[in-house]
Amino acid sequence: MDKKVRVLIAKPGLDGHDRGAKYVARALKDEGYEVIYTGLRQTPDSIVATAVQEDVQFVGLSLLSGAHKELFPKIVDKLRENDAADIHVFGGGVIPERDIPFLKEHGVEAVFTPGTPIKDVVEFIESVKL
Amino acid sequence: MELIEKVLKGETRAIAKAITLVENNHPDKEKFIDSIYSECGKAVVWGITGPPGAGKSTLVDKLIEQERKNGKKVAIIAVDPSSPFSGGAVLGDRLRMQSHATDPNVFIRSMASRGHLGGVAGATTDAVRVLDAAGFDLIIIESIGVGQTEIEIIEVADIVLLVLVPGMGDEIQAMKAGVMEIGDIYVLNKKDHDGIDKLEAEVKYMLSLKRHDEPENPVVLTSAVENDGIVELTKTIEDYYSRLKNSDMLQNKRKKRIKEEIQQILSSKIMIEINHYLETDKNLNKWAEKLINGEISPYSFFNDKIKNFLKES
Repeated sequence: MDKKVRVLIAKPGLDGHDRGAKYVARALKDEGYEVIYTGLRQTPDSIVATAVQEDVQFVGLSLLSGAHKELFPKIVDKLRENDAADIHVFGGGVIPERDIPFLKEHGVEAVFTPGTPIKDVVEFIESVKL
Repeated sequence: MELIEKVLKGETRAIAKAITLVENNHPDKEKFIDSIYSECGKAVVWGITGPPGAGKSTLVDKLIEQERKNGKKVAIIAVDPSSPFSGGAVLGDRLRMQSHATDPNVFIRSMASRGHLGGVAGATTDAVRVLDAAGFDLIIIESIGVGQTEIEIIEVADIVLLVLVPGMGDEIQAMKAGVMEIGDIYVLNKKDHDGIDKLEAEVKYMLSLKRHDEPENPVVLTSAVENDGIVELTKTIEDYYSRLKNSDMLQNKRKKRIKEEIQQILSSKIMIEINHYLETDKNLNKWAEKLINGEISPYSFFNDKIKNFLKES
């Protein structure tokens, strides 16, 4: 059996900055993961539908617009509604330290702010993957 | 298995899990495929292939749109290459199809080639079976961006659309063997670009040199980004499919594919048995040393081993 970790890297909302998301996608590819990248301006519904269809174990959300407190929990909730609570959600982008506890309370398991080395993301994935 | 019933009911999460099961070569895979096999064979399978950057994903996006208007349930398997270095992949084909992500009658799945050569993933055939049994009317497979010899799409699709664009080289390229020969329908995309007339003339000339007992291959001009030529293309595909179906060509194609698959299943099963018997993993190093030192000769040594295997089994 050859199991692969599959990760969806998604950009919810109206923010048009995708350098970070693309960097993470490429770096995770280089670590041997299969990364699905869906581009800019995705709705929570399309992110959840994509995560389910692609049967990923992880969804990584990138947001630089400030709407993370609104959008990240919404996506976590919708995954739960769609019988996909077992998919792990992490986030990144411009996210103030003070918002991180709120996001974690709402099901975002890890938050990576600018400057985080990619190995931290890999360590997180390796620590929770089945 | 509970999963089987859910797949047959068309439940999205179950379909996705089942594709993972075949993709990962899970121990339950064979039992699973055997149990859904009787439900397969209803869907029509289109294969989309062509060089990188020809506009395959954009074209697929427009084809989904058109076939949804025609009332069909559509599933897509989009294959991208795995890195030969890390084994990872960035799967980005569905980026161009995301407007259909939340349509319950559309299912899109990205697959990495996972080292399989030939332009599709090794698990593509079984993934098609999952989608077929789940009730999709149309399954579209988008191959990786191919070179000249990645032609395995013909082993999984009823109809192959070969997507070409202007500016890919002179007519000699078009006469080469391999990928240029596998199209049922030739889609000349980016028709608004310079060089489209030349491309059309070259492709038509190449097709005119084909043997006359083979079915005629339509050539359709499109501009996928502009949604131009898509209705004509779907009509052409439909006509071509009826022609295949009304003659014995479709049956022959499917039979040929099944024959290929039988041979693949047999050779991989036999390989596993023989390697198990010979303990290849354990002995490989030892054999290599013997060969290097000239203690054995390659063919007689293994002929004897295989004779023993056949006697004992």
